[in-house]
Amino acid sequence: MRKQHAHLSDEALVAQVARGDEGALAELYDRIGRIAYGLAVRVLRDERLAEDAVQEGFLAVWRSAASFRAERAKASTWVLTLVHRRAVDLVRREERHHTEPLGDDLPGGSGQESEPTDEAAWLRFERERVQAALKLLPDVQREALELAYYGGFSQSELAKRLGVPLGTIKSRMFSGLARLRELLDETTQEGSWKPEFTS
Amino acid sequence: METGIHELTAGYALDALDADERWAYEAHLAECKRCREELTSFWETTEALAIGATGAAPNPELRGRILAAARAEQQVVVPLESRRRRAVPVLGAAAAIAAVVALAVGLWATQLSVDLDDSRLALERERQAAAVLADPSARTVSLEAGEGRLVVDDGGRAVLVLDGLDPAPKGKTYELWIFEGEDSTPAGLFRGRDGLDWVGLDGTVDTGDVVAVTLEEAGGVEVSANDPIVASAPV
Repeated sequence: MRKQHAHLSDEALVAQVARGDEGALAELYDRIGRIAYGLAVRVLRDERLAEDAVQEGFLAVWRSAASFRAERAKASTWVLTLVHRRAVDLVRREERHHTEPLGDDLPGGSGQESEPTDEAAWLRFERERVQAALKLLPDVQREALELAYYGGFSQSELAKRLGVPLGTIKSRMFSGLARLRELLDETTQEGSWKPEFTS
Repeated sequence: METGIHELTAGYALDALDADERWAYEAHLAECKRCREELTSFWETTEALAIGATGAAPNPELRGRILAAARAEQQVVVPLESRRRRAVPVLGAAAAIAAVVALAVGLWATQLSVDLDDSRLALERERQAAAVLADPSARTVSLEAGEGRLVVDDGGRAVLVLDGLDPAPKGKTYELWIFEGEDSTPAGLFRGRDGLDWVGLDGTVDTGDVVAVTLEEAGGVEVSANDPIVASAPV
């Protein structure tokens, strides 16, 4: 692995990945892999399947890095989108979420949060900040966001499960995401909630 | 309150749309600047949701497995078009599904990047450029003027990667040139964008050619009287 990767932005790393630079892919994994894995575990609730989703997501990054557009999304966002999409595909195929009741143990529920002891300070800070913001959302909005993003439910599935009109679900997701964005903006320090990676 | 298809931006950012709605929304995105901006913003919020799910670290072996899989694939990497056809036999079913996911995301990114241009031709050029960038046997030529590099594949197809060239001023365009000795051939126009940008050249380059960029009036010229602002070393 070449040392210079540590000094590149995420976006520059993706550009290097597009040139077939394996070291750049390794560096991207070192920066984003843990978050991607945590997300996949939350969606799939199975470590092996989560590893599959992360692996396939990063291979998708490897294959399609040349089509990444920095003005559309940050590189980290893009990588997480690929992993999340793969995890959602898997959970829908497994139909894991269809067989489980919606209740206290719903994906993303506060009862499930582990307290990892080895995570970086900034990551713990950000995780706690996001979890705190989620708790401030109206219940129906939080439920819609968590069941969609962490549970892998589509809007139409959710409408059926919750017995509310599809239009209501769409509105709750839109309002919930917009409100969460506001809450996160309010608690952002110095305009940036994520440090630049420099080493 | 947003209504109709605009409202689907949230569902799209959360990956909560059903397939038919997802395709309809992606088609809409290509035409709706407001939704693209909203999506960019919502994606930052979903990234925060991802961080909110952070838990235990993955098995340390996962990193090695991913790199090994990438390395194995590099041996069969082919340009985007043929890769799609070969995906199933070469990569196996699970990887093929991942490839489809990647294409879904990658493809709209490609479409969006050309939405201001005459799209079909520009899309084709962009695909070719992506194939050159993804080709591990392509080689890199440094620039003697400007920040970036030139990437050339075995067939002489070339992509100029630029870092930090400002977008062309209103009424102007950047023009690409292939210099063979004193003779110059126009090789396409582009607007430029902030940050890292890349653009495929029309035509092919031979050993010893120099690729250059000039700033011209909109529409471009056949012969330039302007000094190059970007120039490669000889290919």
